[in-house]
Amino acid sequence: MNDTAILTEKLTKKYNGFTAVNDLNLKVHRGEIFGLLGPNGAGKTTTILMLLGLTEPTSGKVNVLGHDPTRQPLRVKSKAGYIPEQVGFYEDLTARQNLAYIAKLNGIKGDQIQERIDDALETVNLSAVANKFVRTFSRGMRQRLSVADVLIKKPELIFMDEPTQGLDPESARDFLKLIRQLGDAGITILLSSHLLDQVQRVCDRVGLFHQGKMVLEGSVSELASKIFGGAFHIHLNANGSNQNYRELLKNLPGVIDVNFVSPDTYSLVATHDLRSEAARAIVNAGGSLYSLGLDSFNLDDIYNAYFKEVNDDQRNVS
Amino acid sequence: MIKETFHKKRQGSPWKGLWAVIGKEMSDHLTSARMQILEILIVLTAVGTGYTALQQISSSNDQFLFLQLFTTAREPLPSFAGFMGFLVPLVAIALAFDSVNGEFNRRTISRVLSQPIYRDALLFGKFLGTFFTLALVLAAIWLLIFGIGLIGLGVPPSGQETARILIFLALTIVYGGFWLSLGLLFSTIFQQSATAALASIGVWLFFIAFWEILVSLIAQGLRPIQFGVVEEIIARAKFEMMLSRLSPNTLFVEATLGILNPTIRTLGLILPFELEGAIMGSPLSVEHSFLMIWPYLTGLIATTILIFALSYISFQRKEIRA
Repeated sequence: MNDTAILTEKLTKKYNGFTAVNDLNLKVHRGEIFGLLGPNGAGKTTTILMLLGLTEPTSGKVNVLGHDPTRQPLRVKSKAGYIPEQVGFYEDLTARQNLAYIAKLNGIKGDQIQERIDDALETVNLSAVANKFVRTFSRGMRQRLSVADVLIKKPELIFMDEPTQGLDPESARDFLKLIRQLGDAGITILLSSHLLDQVQRVCDRVGLFHQGKMVLEGSVSELASKIFGGAFHIHLNANGSNQNYRELLKNLPGVIDVNFVSPDTYSLVATHDLRSEAARAIVNAGGSLYSLGLDSFNLDDIYNAYFKEVNDDQRNVS
Repeated sequence: MIKETFHKKRQGSPWKGLWAVIGKEMSDHLTSARMQILEILIVLTAVGTGYTALQQISSSNDQFLFLQLFTTAREPLPSFAGFMGFLVPLVAIALAFDSVNGEFNRRTISRVLSQPIYRDALLFGKFLGTFFTLALVLAAIWLLIFGIGLIGLGVPPSGQETARILIFLALTIVYGGFWLSLGLLFSTIFQQSATAALASIGVWLFFIAFWEILVSLIAQGLRPIQFGVVEEIIARAKFEMMLSRLSPNTLFVEATLGILNPTIRTLGLILPFELEGAIMGSPLSVEHSFLMIWPYLTGLIATTILIFALSYISFQRKEIRA
């Protein structure tokens, strides 16, 4: 009946005068994978805790899955799972025993408990170690177990705080695949991260957090056009007698900005695709051109561009 | 856009999940190495004091033989009841000192509290789970002493004695509950389990070793004996007694005396004229002994509830940041 999973209006949280979350308006649709992006301390975790009813908002309204987490936390928590940043398990219990405790806390009874545990462990591919003590588990296994942990309650919504933090690249890749799989199964997922390329790979939409405010929101391509205004980014690798091509490139018609990325590598921002003009300019100047290409935007660029803008603004103000 | 909820109060039962927590706590305790060490300690105490008591008793012909099993001491060992007075607090503290901060340190707290339960259920479940464990262990020890008595004395306890022994068991469990709630309080206040343990042990040591000294110091300062008249001495003694009863340890020791010695008629001061008409040495009935220790029991329970309430407040205010 309602396709909104999470809705907040002017959500604010203050800790002794410090504003952790500031007037947050957030809307996440059901079935969506939404990424909260931002540097550490931007208020991502606090937001998640408020959405779960684990912390009371200072002001503003929240609605999660049709309930108010502050007043009806049990309703929310029976339908929404939470994977904290550093998830802990009872080390002296087996994976199965850990999950059984969670199942009982959710009021699941009797035969159903083992059934759900089996299903959950199957989904995260941990069936083989169900009866092993958690203390023997690797970081990646723990992370997958934490997913099994929230699957026990058959959630409609899962909150993940920095889910790939501390995982090696392969485990991280597997884990992202798992997130995508859960999303495809119709579960709404809200994840927070500062690892942009990973967020980009799984999230339908992202929100950029900065100092407790959500400053940008949309799909990655939407964000790119918002930040760069539809500009073209070209990267170029060249060298030659003339060491610095920066001035040369800057004088080409249509170039907005040239950045020196690393020795012999430059990145251009331009109003149109001027790859051929740039190539000609380099060759005419007697240089050797090694590579030239058009960048597709990733979140990294958006992020950097945004924070560069913000910092410049702040510098101008002060 | 967001529907205004009309319920100002939080919804759902605070007891949801309570039994799951209790079950988890009990199974944790009963299988832990810590518990096994404590069990060995208590069994040793029970067997040791029971055995020495038996040797003493065989030379007496009192009518309450079975009760003497609990109260007879042989130097340098205290009696079983005396042993319980300082062992039970240790056991209770050992079970409780890391119950809340342990969840924080293991980072399991946010996982548990993100389940559909209130914090109330977690804290209360932790208390009750540990309390039941303690009760279970103590009951087992009591049975052990019973067995030793049956074999060693060769006579079954009378109904009177059984009732007194069971009341003593209940009293010991309540006493353990007090130290449990104290351990729980410190485990919510202090982040480090070691600090919490140290604080609890500190309080225990304070009451066991220093309170009596402190009491006489305070009494000397506030009720000095200037003229040496009887009224003065009595007033000082009463004041001292009142102060010393602020200690849970004193409460336990006095109540134990009252319930295990049928001949004890009062736990306060008695003046000779008050004894007029009393038949010396005639035992009180169980009901009367129980009435005598009733204030002690309620006092212990009341402080336990008070301390639990403090830990409840402290726990509700904790920020759950993983």
